[in-house]
Amino acid sequence: MKTLDYRKVSDAVRSATREVFSMMIGLEVEPEAAYEEKNSTGTVDGVVALIGLAGQWVGGGILQCDVPLARKLYSSLLMTECDVANDGVNEEVLDAVAEIANMIIGNVKNEVERDLGTIGMGIPSVVFGRNFTTRNAGTNWIVNPFVCDGGHLWVKFCLAPPASTGGGAAELLGRESIRAKHHVTA
Amino acid sequence: MLLDVLIVDDSAAIRKILQRVLRQAEVPLGQIYEAGDGLEALKTLGSQRVDLVLADINMPNMDGLQLLNQIKTSEKWKHLPVIMVTTEGGESKVMSAAKLGAAGYVRKPFSAEQFRETVDGIFASPGGGETR
Repeated sequence: MKTLDYRKVSDAVRSATREVFSMMIGLEVEPEAAYEEKNSTGTVDGVVALIGLAGQWVGGGILQCDVPLARKLYSSLLMTECDVANDGVNEEVLDAVAEIANMIIGNVKNEVERDLGTIGMGIPSVVFGRNFTTRNAGTNWIVNPFVCDGGHLWVKFCLAPPASTGGGAAELLGRESIRAKHHVTA
Repeated sequence: MLLDVLIVDDSAAIRKILQRVLRQAEVPLGQIYEAGDGLEALKTLGSQRVDLVLADINMPNMDGLQLLNQIKTSEKWKHLPVIMVTTEGGESKVMSAAKLGAAGYVRKPFSAEQFRETVDGIFASPGGGETR
């Protein structure tokens, strides 16, 4: 029976994140110790991009970062200033974060499907909000934290045989207003 | 010899980045058209002269492989070179694109150099593309 090698996944996440950041964004990322996460992640302030994965195994990938880093990622990726006032984000910033998530999770998926078989990737959804909770359903997530330009970034990944996931990768529970943008990006 | 290029990607950020990278790669650019999915791309192809298409694979409405198939089965566009630009690096997707007639395959993340080599390779080859 095929199994998911957590260390291999973490290595793939680190490699993909470094490659995307160095080639496309021009920023360094410093990885911190990876860990497994189950159930609630605690409250979140910032931007979360989610991408579903389905096929012989199912699950998802998440890129989460704080707002100042999301703005910095947008500016560096597009080589332009973020013209949203104060600490806000706009559709362009969310689109940029979605595309970065797409590249990282897509490359991790390419790596793991060598062992697990073909896996399809969905189109990213991006959530921006304050004081909200993400809750994982059914299976553990492999979390790789990174420090980048003084901000924090988390890349989360989970895959499981279809019967064990409970049918979903993550649920989002809003405590205050959450502005959700379902992007049509890939 | 200027190339009129159609960039098809549902991310506005990637469409902007591709324009920048093509310039960095010193590709001789004429008009640049943008489309957010395969259906929009077909509309643009129906109304504009295009020398080269860059297309993502994962897009809503009509994905990049469906678009490629439409282009390559059309009498009018079958010689139009299409480069797939995508995170999809799996063998099945690469093989599908090759079978359908993609002229090149560039995986995200990408560099300007990769585009220079890919575009040069297409337009240096016999029948690689008709340009002005």
